[in-house]
Amino acid sequence: MELDQIYTEIITENSRSKRNKRELENPTAVIKGVNPTCGDEISLQIREKDGIIEDASFTGIGCAISQASASIMIDLIKGKTKEEAMHLAETFLSMIKEGKLDEEAQDELEDAAAFQNISKLPARVKCAVLAWHTLEEAIQSDGNCPGDDSASCKTRI
Amino acid sequence: MNRIQEQFPLLKEKVHGKPIVYLDNAATAQRPVSVLKAVDDFYRHDNANPHRGVYELAVRATDAFEDARKVVAGFIGVKDAAELIFTRNATEALNLIAYSYGLNFLSEGDGITISIAEHHSNLVPWQHVAGVVGASLDYLYLTDGARISDEEIAAKITEKTKLVSVAHISNVLGVQLPVEKIVKRAHEVGAIVVLDCAQSIPHFPVDVEKLGVDFAVFSGHKMYAPLGIGALWGRRELLEKMPPFLSGGDMIDSVEEQVTTYAPIPQKFEAGTQDAAGAVGLAAAVKFMQEIGWEKITRIEHELMAYALEGMRQIPHVAILGGDIPANERYGAISFLVEDVHPHDVASILDADGVCIRAGHHCAQPLLHHLDVYATSRISFAVYNTKEDIDAFLESLKKVRGVMGYGA
Repeated sequence: MELDQIYTEIITENSRSKRNKRELENPTAVIKGVNPTCGDEISLQIREKDGIIEDASFTGIGCAISQASASIMIDLIKGKTKEEAMHLAETFLSMIKEGKLDEEAQDELEDAAAFQNISKLPARVKCAVLAWHTLEEAIQSDGNCPGDDSASCKTRI
Repeated sequence: MNRIQEQFPLLKEKVHGKPIVYLDNAATAQRPVSVLKAVDDFYRHDNANPHRGVYELAVRATDAFEDARKVVAGFIGVKDAAELIFTRNATEALNLIAYSYGLNFLSEGDGITISIAEHHSNLVPWQHVAGVVGASLDYLYLTDGARISDEEIAAKITEKTKLVSVAHISNVLGVQLPVEKIVKRAHEVGAIVVLDCAQSIPHFPVDVEKLGVDFAVFSGHKMYAPLGIGALWGRRELLEKMPPFLSGGDMIDSVEEQVTTYAPIPQKFEAGTQDAAGAVGLAAAVKFMQEIGWEKITRIEHELMAYALEGMRQIPHVAILGGDIPANERYGAISFLVEDVHPHDVASILDADGVCIRAGHHCAQPLLHHLDVYATSRISFAVYNTKEDIDAFLESLKKVRGVMGYGA
């Protein structure tokens, strides 16, 4: 196993970036994702307006792979519709499963394509997919945030 | 390879094309040829269902199983082998005590005291018992990140305390708990003491009579025996008054339509066909350790501990849990943190060099929370490890921050 195929510059830089790691103002959805085998936990926060993901962020603790994956995912889904975000999640998860991706998918996933080699490290796959599974859960579940009180907002988009 | 390493076929394996450096022994150790052969021989030559059948082969299987019981009992200083009950592992043994003793002999207002350094296996069953019977679950907390003070023992083991259950060695910190003081205090207030020896049994002699405890448990697989065999020891008078944990075949005297009388110990607690091959393997592991001898085992492992601690202390940005605790007070395991790097990334980077270490919460989340850390990396030793293994670990550890894009 070549470490530089896993811990690429894109991944290590994004793992250190605090750009998307913050509390969101007035989120419309706050969803927790937990990886019980290692205890990693992220809280994905989304603010949706008129069917568009206007802003998103995450908080929590995790390894470089889970943190970088969450941060890159947030860059990708901002400004997208729920359907587009869902499609990105499907593309990402199938890339991880198959360990490869075609040119079209590569263009679509942008920096997230950096995770394609994670399948060579099966023990870490769950780290790369944590944020994306949390996003899927956020989109697939129904319900609206009752108000602007972000502390009490635990409902889905 | 030295003469001990040569006995462990797995150590000749490669991972990622590199020789294996196995430093996750606190999770499970590897098995020597003598243990593998003992299990193989049982199935090839003696296999039948123990305690059933009157034919010669069934007698051989029964003898192999019961001889193993005597060997394992003797290993922990138990004279009455009937007090030694085979279980799948320490977890099952602790559950047996919790369900059979805890649920039946503890009641509302009683206290159960454990330490904050417990593995989940010696914590979750007691939460259950406390919840069902209405007992309190009280914790012995650490001072200096690794020690339990005399004051803490006096404050948390009190007149209401009826049961104390503690680890002999913390699986995270590798530090011995003050068992002698805990036993003394517990017995002063009339509480019984359960000792979880899962992490001590591979590293130094455990004599339950000398320790003065009332129950002791351990897993075989951390002391070179097969996975899936462990043991519970308890005082005869306690075991005899406890109801069975599991019921069914082989644990009865007679069964009528509505009532059953139970077999005497140990059979009362060994329902169903037992892992006789596992027990035989556990006895072989005991003999393997006895052939090397405690003097040599403790010397080898102490040298590894001292060497690893010294090497790790020289690497910048590496913090060792239980900081200043010296090597001669540590057994088997060292937990550490690399600044800015999550333990899972540390373990993956070391894995690329063939170095196997554990990372995560080590099934001890309340301890990590108490120590205000989220997860740790852990190395742990066995008698076959060498200074070369530690050197390989240290070399790999030095690279970690660089791989993650930090300065050295």
